[in-house]
Order: sequence, then structure tokens, then C-alpha cells
Amino acid sequence: MIRFIFKGLLRDRQRSLLPVIVVVTGVFLTVFLHCWMNGILGDLIDFNAKFSTGHVKVMTKAYAERVEQTPNDLALVQTGKLTETLQKEFPEMAWIQRIRFGGLIDAPDAQGETRSQGPAIGWGIDLLSANSTETQRLNIPKSMVKGHIPTQAGEVLISEQFAEKLKVVPGDQITLLGSTMFGSMTVYNFKVAGTVKFGSAILDRGAIIADIHDVQLALDMPDAASEILGYFKTNFYNKELAAAEVTRFMTSSDPADPYSPVMVSLRDQNGLSSMVDYMDLVSAIVISIFVMAMSLVLWNAGLLGGLRRYGEVGVRLAMGESKGHVYRSLISESILIGLVGSLIGSAIGLSLSFWIQKHGIDVSGFMKNASMMLPAVFRTEVTLPAFYVGFVPGLFATVIGTSLAGIGIYKRKTAQLFKELE
Amino acid sequence: MESNKTVIEIRNLVKTFPMGNREFTALNGINLTFTGGEFSGLVGPSGSGKTTLLNIIGTLDSPTEGEALVMRHSVGKLSQKKAAHLRNLKIGFIFQTFNLLPVYSALENVEFPLLLQKMNAASRKKAVMDALDWVGLADKVRSRPAQMSGGECQRVAIARAIVKKPEIVLADEPTANLDAENSHHILQTMVKLNKELGTTFLFATHDEKVIGYLRRIIKLYDGKVSSDEIVTVK
Repeated sequence: MIRFIFKGLLRDRQRSLLPVIVVVTGVFLTVFLHCWMNGILGDLIDFNAKFSTGHVKVMTKAYAERVEQTPNDLALVQTGKLTETLQKEFPEMAWIQRIRFGGLIDAPDAQGETRSQGPAIGWGIDLLSANSTETQRLNIPKSMVKGHIPTQAGEVLISEQFAEKLKVVPGDQITLLGSTMFGSMTVYNFKVAGTVKFGSAILDRGAIIADIHDVQLALDMPDAASEILGYFKTNFYNKELAAAEVTRFMTSSDPADPYSPVMVSLRDQNGLSSMVDYMDLVSAIVISIFVMAMSLVLWNAGLLGGLRRYGEVGVRLAMGESKGHVYRSLISESILIGLVGSLIGSAIGLSLSFWIQKHGIDVSGFMKNASMMLPAVFRTEVTLPAFYVGFVPGLFATVIGTSLAGIGIYKRKTAQLFKELE
Repeated sequence: MESNKTVIEIRNLVKTFPMGNREFTALNGINLTFTGGEFSGLVGPSGSGKTTLLNIIGTLDSPTEGEALVMRHSVGKLSQKKAAHLRNLKIGFIFQTFNLLPVYSALENVEFPLLLQKMNAASRKKAVMDALDWVGLADKVRSRPAQMSGGECQRVAIARAIVKKPEIVLADEPTANLDAENSHHILQTMVKLNKELGTTFLFATHDEKVIGYLRRIIKLYDGKVSSDEIVTVK
């Protein structure tokens, strides 16, 4: 009997093809959207964690209050000792010092006169230590465009776009004009070792990356750093664990001392918590709308199909099929349609998501003037829920739609259904 | 088949339908008895109650008053499930518009009632081929309704009605959509089935061609039996 019903289903395209197309479309969009949102959110968090926030960040209280100004006059001091303490007290995290700074980069001509200038945002990171993890964390080897990663003091990397603007190439000298930790003006020469492209508009517009010891010299910050970033050794951000680490650290922080170190978790920086919550909400709303729309379309398709099949239902009742059997066979059909549609929709959604996860979509053209730290290549992220986030609603929407539409069979008297044959 | 035994007994049957604030009486005090192997017809103008009576005998509707016993089952007291079971085993239907399932072949249409009986595949196939052979369509087993003529479709519908070897076949205006030649062909097939299988045939019709084949003519008028006569077959 089941084979008989499915044979009819396959032959009657109005009964199978349209509902399958609706389910495939709905499930595909739900899966892809889920992966897309995950990807954007994941990239956003990962990008911010690597370049800006860490999984947790230690700063002075005063620096934290003005962090967007990178006020290095409020930077941490005696950071060597503090880092050692953090490594001892929080061994599950890797701790690294960074200096963030701003300044003007001047590219001189052969006579030493200014040829070109541009504002830069700079990072002082551990580039030269043998056991440095920073080059890998910031994906510098893969981001290199020209030249090489600095191998000695005084060498820097600058973003490719910035290099083109300044008309400098690896081997050229550039000069940083900025202010020291104590407010004096500093002028410090670097040699361009190479150029990089990170795929973030704000970084690629004007970034300079130097070894932290060079930056400490340039900005007169001996044994000091803007911030100490902590990364879970698993490389995965765990918001509960991060919150616990923050709570533990903050018990020893002096709230009355503006120079006392404070620890802030990733979620509480750069407005990420509200952004994460917002994205979660938007994702839930959009997926709910898709599922509701899909259910309504399928319900409607079920009703129309049911009306179209009143003749068939009448014949089947006349042949001796019970109403319950007819109803159950309609549900069986909808389960098959839901399964096939959900499988195809999920397969297409996941395939496209996997492809974009691997290759990405370059949106740098749209982000030339972006001021947020966002990756210029958007990627989807395929997670375990992606395998059921579309599949389950796709299946249920079909079955619920048919169940509601099929109630008409019970509501109409047998004789009425039979009369509609004629 | 239960030849000469009562297969349908109708006592003081009344059927009313709500019509706005009033009630419309479609059948009013019908008393009829049909024995196995009859070839009878309900004859009368539109609105005389032919189809309503056929629906009640076919367990698709129930009486408002009185009783309709079909194979000793009281139609009004049957549950929906038991009525379906009775239809599946004992009653075959033939419709004016054939009502074949369009996406299935002739073979599959005829096979359908047997699938409901959960008959095994080998017996089912033999019964279906026998039925199609009976109506002269053994060469059309794979054809779908759209690929067949009206006469052929009605013959498939007859094969579907008789494949389960029912006690009763109810035919509602079976020749209304057929030309004279096909009508006679169909009716001759039914007569042959009636004689050889002993199946009881009950028609609802006002077609003179059908009336010419009937051995009992029950005339209905305004929901009442106006005459009930046995016709001597020439």
C-alpha cells in the first residue's frame, strides 16, 4: 500500500514537486542563513579576539575606561612581573603583551625629505622571540604580500594598501612620529621588512606592526604594555570560563586605584556582547519567520492539494478505505515529501555553506570606509545545528500543514465527499 | 454469492437534509428488499431520491429514520470504520464519470481495492488480470485513464468494482457519459457478470438504454416508491 501511495506521489508532480520545491527552498534558506550568521558572528568574534580583545584582556582601570583612545600614558607597567603572575595564576591561558599605538608614518625621499605621509594604527607584538605565537595568531605568514616577516630589531610590517599609498617597498625606511608614554614627541625610524593584507578594511588602510621591544623603545615604555591579552590554550572562547577568570582576577583588583590592573572578557569589549545578542536575536527571528512562512505555504499547498484531491478521496472512501487510513496516507506522503525536501534543502544549504566556509566571499569593495574591525572576507560556518536547524522545521512544517489541511476529510461527511466526485 | 437470499432490506426509510431553516425530505417511507443476483434499477427524475438511496445502501450515508440492512448490517448503526470494511469486502461502485485515479494505470486502479484487503501480491495480480480479462481490457493493463476512451475507462471502473467479487454492485448513471454503442457494450458486460458471478446489480438511472436491460424496475418519485415491477427478460 505504501508503495502504491508513493508511486502516485511520484507520478503526480502537483502533489510532490511543488511541495518538495517549497520545502527545499525553505530548508536551504534556513540552513544557509544559519551558517551565514554563524560565520559572520564567528569571524567577528575570532577577528576581534585575535587583533583586539583576546579572550580576556588585562589593562589598567584608567586605560580600560578610555580604551578606544589607546591612552598609553595609562598603560600597564612592570608587565614582565605581571605576565609571570598571570601565567602562574591562570595557567590554562596563554598571556601575551601588546602595545597599541597611533601616529603618523612619514616616508622620506632620497634626500630625507617627506615624500608621503599617512596616519597609522600600530601594534607592538612579540615578533622576534623564538617561541612567539603571535605571528601565527595574527595569521601573518599567510597575510604576507611582499618581503618577509621581520627577523631583526627595527624591522616592521605595514599593510599593502598603506605601502602603496606611501609608495614604499620592502627595504625602504619609514619614520614614526608619535608620542611617548610620558607625553613627549617621538620620532623613530623603522625599515619596512614586508607588506601584509589582513582582509580587514580598517587594518589594511593603515596598519604598522613592529616588534614590541622596538615599540617600547620608540614610545619610551620600558617594561610596559598597553594591555596583556589572555587566550585559552584550546583556542576556543568559552564565555562562562572567561567570566569565571575575570571574577577571580577582579577580587585582587583595587577599585580605588586607577592604575590597578583590571581584567575584561571578550564579550564585554567593543560592544561585542550586545552585538552577539543582537545577532542571536536576528538569527532566531529570521529563522522563525522562514519556518512560519514555510509552514503557511505548505499548509496552503496542502489545502489546495486536498481540495484538488477531493475526488480521489471520495473514490478511495467508496472503495472501502477508512477516513483514518486516507488521513494517515496523506500524512505518510507529507513525511516523505518533508524528508526528501529537507534532505535536499539541507544538502544544498550545507554544500553552499561548506564552499563559502572554504573559499569565502570578498566584500572588501564594500568596506573601504569601514571603521569597525570586521573581516573583509565573509565566510559561513557549518556547525552541528546546521544539520538539523532546517531539516526538523522542514519536516514538521510539511506534516503540520498536511495534518491541518487533512482535517477537512474528517469534518466533511462521507456522503458529502462522495457527492463531490460527481 | 448469496443467490435468492436477501442482501438488502429497507424498512420505512426516511432521509431528510437540512435546507436553510427547513428540512428537505429526500426519501420518505421506503420499503424494499433485494435478493442476491438481482439486476435492478432505481428509476426516476432528478431529485426523486435515487442517488440518496444508493448512497445509503452503499453505507456512505445513514438513514434519518427507519432501517437499511445491507448484508444483514444495519447501515445506521455501523461505525465509520466498519462501514468502510463492508464497502471494501461486499460492495462495488460504478460512477457516471468513471472516477479512475488518473495517475495510476488500469491495472493499478483495479488493484486498489485488493490492496486495502491486504491480499498477497500473486493472488492480487491474478484477480486483477481476471477482472480486466472479463471486461476485455487485458491488453490495456499499463494504460492510464487519459490514454483510454470513455468506454474503456468505464470498463476499467467495472473491473475495479468486481475484482473483489462483491455481493452488490451499485451503479449510478453508469452510461450517462457514453455513446450508445459503448453503453450497450458496458451493459452486456454487466449482464454477463450478473449471470456468471451472481452479483447483485442495483442501478440509479433514467437512461432508457439501461432500463431496457433491467429485470426489476423501481420507480421513485418525490422520495417515494411509485412502482416496483419485475420485467420479463426477452
